[in-house]
Amino acid sequence: MVDRLEDLLREAFPQAREIAVVDRTGGGDHFQVTVASGQFTGLSLVEQHRLVYDALAAPLADGTIHELRIKTRGDQ
Amino acid sequence: MTELREKIKQTIESEPVVVFIKGTPQQPLCGNSMRALDALRSQGAPIAAVDVLPDPQIRQELSALSSWPTIPQVFVRGELIGGADIVQELAETGELKQKLDSALGEGWQGGGEERVVAVSEGSNPLRLVP
Repeated sequence: MVDRLEDLLREAFPQAREIAVVDRTGGGDHFQVTVASGQFTGLSLVEQHRLVYDALAAPLADGTIHELRIKTRGDQ
Repeated sequence: MTELREKIKQTIESEPVVVFIKGTPQQPLCGNSMRALDALRSQGAPIAAVDVLPDPQIRQELSALSSWPTIPQVFVRGELIGGADIVQELAETGELKQKLDSALGEGWQGGGEERVVAVSEGSNPLRLVP
């Protein structure tokens, strides 16, 4: 499941400097994702997180992701 | 617009700070709802809380309005500030206080009053069962 989420994020953020997905509980449904990408630069945190939600819309909608924690960073 | 969506919209627009959570401020039933409440409490923000659990429609209508898929959701003066992660981050960096200062004006600090607001019959904690 971690791999699937990483694939979806790589697809949505092809130029990301960092993409990390951690299964927080080991149960395959509580995740912490970190994305660092120039795509976020100039966007509000709400807009940045919306892009991550969009990328993970399918696993969010089908209940695969029960809980999602998001950390985003734009250019340094 | 459905009646429920209209009520949610009115609540978002009329309350200075409103947070949609699972459970109540006294008894949050989800760690993320707790994190959002803690972040707001750390600034002494006035909190109007809506429990989304009693009626699944609340969550559906809210997400349709806000384009935000998860709970909790925090609004300040009608604007979506974010979910638990963002609000926690903003509290840590001091930006939440800045947002509250500019949105609520001078003199809001410290009170930290907490109220529960019902948006549908099913979510009214004072509702009497006949």
